[in-house]
Amino acid sequence: MHEFPARRPWALLAAAVLVATFAWLIYGGLNKNVVFFLTPNELLAKGVSAMDVPVRLGGQVKPGSVKWDEKTLKLVFSVTDGTGEVAVQSRGAPPQMFRDGMGVVVEGRFGRDGVFQSTSLMVKHSNEYRAPKAGERPQEMYKTLIKGPGA
Amino acid sequence: MIRLVARDALLISLAVLVLGAIMVPVAVRRQRRDWLDVAYAAVYTNFLLVTVAAVAMVIALVTHDFSVSYVAQVGSRATPLFYTVISLWGALEGSILFWAWVLALYSAAVVWINRNRPGNLVPYAASALLAVSFFFAVLLVGPANPFLAVSPVPLDGPGPNPLLQNHILMAVHPPLLYLGYVGMSVPFAFAIGAMLSGEVTSDDWVRLTRRWTLVSWGFLSAAIIAGMWWSYEVLGWGGYWAWDPVENASFIPWLTATAYLHSAMVQERRGMLRLWNLNLVVGTFVLTILGTFLTRSGIISSVHAFTTGTIGYFFLAFIALVLVSALAMVAGNSDRLRTTGRFDAVASRETVILFNNLFLTAFMFTVLVGTLFPLVAEYVRGVKVSVGEPFFNMMSLPMIVALLFLMGVGPALPWKSATAEEVKRKLLPPTIGAGVLAAVAWIAGARNVYAVLAFAFVGYSATANLREFWIGARARHMAHGEAWGTALARLVGGNRRRYGGYVAHLGVFLVALGVAASQTFRSEREGTLTPGESLTVAGRTVRLKEVWGRTERQRDVIGATLEVMSGGRARGTVEPRMNFYPTSREPVPTPAVRSAFFGDLYVSLMAFRPDGGSATVKVIYEPLVPWIWMGGGVVVLGALICVFPVAKRAEAVARSRAAGQVVAPRPLEGEA
Repeated sequence: MHEFPARRPWALLAAAVLVATFAWLIYGGLNKNVVFFLTPNELLAKGVSAMDVPVRLGGQVKPGSVKWDEKTLKLVFSVTDGTGEVAVQSRGAPPQMFRDGMGVVVEGRFGRDGVFQSTSLMVKHSNEYRAPKAGERPQEMYKTLIKGPGA
Repeated sequence: MIRLVARDALLISLAVLVLGAIMVPVAVRRQRRDWLDVAYAAVYTNFLLVTVAAVAMVIALVTHDFSVSYVAQVGSRATPLFYTVISLWGALEGSILFWAWVLALYSAAVVWINRNRPGNLVPYAASALLAVSFFFAVLLVGPANPFLAVSPVPLDGPGPNPLLQNHILMAVHPPLLYLGYVGMSVPFAFAIGAMLSGEVTSDDWVRLTRRWTLVSWGFLSAAIIAGMWWSYEVLGWGGYWAWDPVENASFIPWLTATAYLHSAMVQERRGMLRLWNLNLVVGTFVLTILGTFLTRSGIISSVHAFTTGTIGYFFLAFIALVLVSALAMVAGNSDRLRTTGRFDAVASRETVILFNNLFLTAFMFTVLVGTLFPLVAEYVRGVKVSVGEPFFNMMSLPMIVALLFLMGVGPALPWKSATAEEVKRKLLPPTIGAGVLAAVAWIAGARNVYAVLAFAFVGYSATANLREFWIGARARHMAHGEAWGTALARLVGGNRRRYGGYVAHLGVFLVALGVAASQTFRSEREGTLTPGESLTVAGRTVRLKEVWGRTERQRDVIGATLEVMSGGRARGTVEPRMNFYPTSREPVPTPAVRSAFFGDLYVSLMAFRPDGGSATVKVIYEPLVPWIWMGGGVVVLGALICVFPVAKRAEAVARSRAAGQVVAPRPLEGEA
């Protein structure tokens, strides 16, 4: 690729134009598709400029805010970073064991009505090993389903 | 005890590697074959030593020797034997050990197979492989040491990451990926060897290198497909590719390796693109190390990133060292790499391959920029961003459809230059295939321009590639009166590199069809069912029978049994489940996939009422997804056909036959 065109100026020019077009396409594509990762506080501080654009919102699920209708599959909860708080609406089932206080990242758009419409919901796993507390083990939480050995 | 044996083996290997790498230049300068044999012995010894360490680790894992740090980290008495063994590559330190072992294996194989090759290329290549091995040995005694002492010795451990012990593909994808990734060190070592020995001006090293690149490329292709399959079977979202950084890390070097496999032919046949090929080989190797850095340093959080430690700096330093020294060597050789051939015409195979390289390289840069951008943005401006899927799709789809088209044009055109008549005869008939598949896609309801184009170009190129088999086999059938089967077998057997390549193309078309169809025609519904209730997607109905739970040895399971109905009758059941591992509060989804030739019914258990009164399920109909996995198999078959060693006698017979039948092959288009 080096040897062939380099001897002719027009080929060099064509290559330069090609590379420039490609770089410009990448630049434009990135500009349009970069998704910011924000906490509720940062999102609220940005105000209108953060509305109706794709955003990733990260924080904890506010205790007591989770409402899920298993018939309509509508999920409503609030994400908080301690001070700020944003209401999130999502469709579909929440990840199992979706619980108060857990870390979540929701991707979607912050609407002008002040509600964050989420298109995808990710649970933040903690990699640290930690034995489940009493009452948290599946055998205990779902006693009626998991009979356990010997039952 | 076993810990000390393994640790000492790794320490000794450090010394052996240094000795071997230094012996090579001395032996070459003094023309001492016996000293060279010492260097080669170092390569074999290193393989033995790393094997000792790897076997020691497996024994430690199987015997639950929790005094070994790595076992304490990933072992658990409750984990089944199978997953205990494969947890060798389930976390950082073990995966680096496995990596070092694969590299030692490749090095030993390369040196053994080529030990009698005249010239200084192989000695210098061995030296380069020893140097790369040295880097990984340093990691193993330093930041990624799996054999540290643990005190007090724990009685039990947490077991491997739940996601990594939930599916049998975990035994398949990582080894394939290592074989593919690590294998790219071999072409790199040959490139270094060619430059240091001065053989870079002959094109023979490219012939040698292309073969080894094919081996790694075959493994890497299989690994990427297996990774997609794993993600499809385990993650429960019904997809197989998300432009996730770790997926990209495996894909980026695949693109440059693919480019090299094609452009190497141009160098062999036409003596062009010499410097370019050298850059592709070096670049591919650097990209595999970069990929390892991305996935192993913890800089990107994912199931592949295990820890955050100092190991990232080692990788960055190594990448910098390789880039600077290799590129300096390439630059120093650039004057000697003048091209001897020239592009005669636009309508020629080499021009098509030139465009193929252009698109593959642009594709590589796109994915690379999109993957690295978040890291750079965070480092430079302190903002946390991610690059969305739309970027990758928008940028890559035009290049993908263009490449699909070129895959048909290239094989149809001859080297050097095609006459107008040839162009017409070869390039026009496949348009029928394009029309047929485009019509099928349109009638099926595809309206997205790239979807229709993808179908059309697959139709075009598949026809063009299949026609090559047809034309060749027909010629043999007519000329020698061979039966069709024999004619086809001898056609492929007589020029396996060429026809193996076309087989690999056909595999890519299957993958492309699977992806295009499943992205375009996927239908999905989610709903909460009580026992007896049903949900219908794309004419396929599932009915909930019951929600159940049970305790298995290493986990608890909640599952739902659903009947798959068709024509009012139950045709079988599916059992999507959630597996609860003691190490993680969140369960691992385990969707149920019911495969048929034309598509999968994919059922995921999303939620359930604790009393079993209802289950929320997601049901997806995914057309042609099985074709992706089949296509991967065909790609690998193609690589196998190309690379499988020719028996010496058969080769001689083929050569004498080719020489004897000067009349026949030309009009039969039997040339590569």
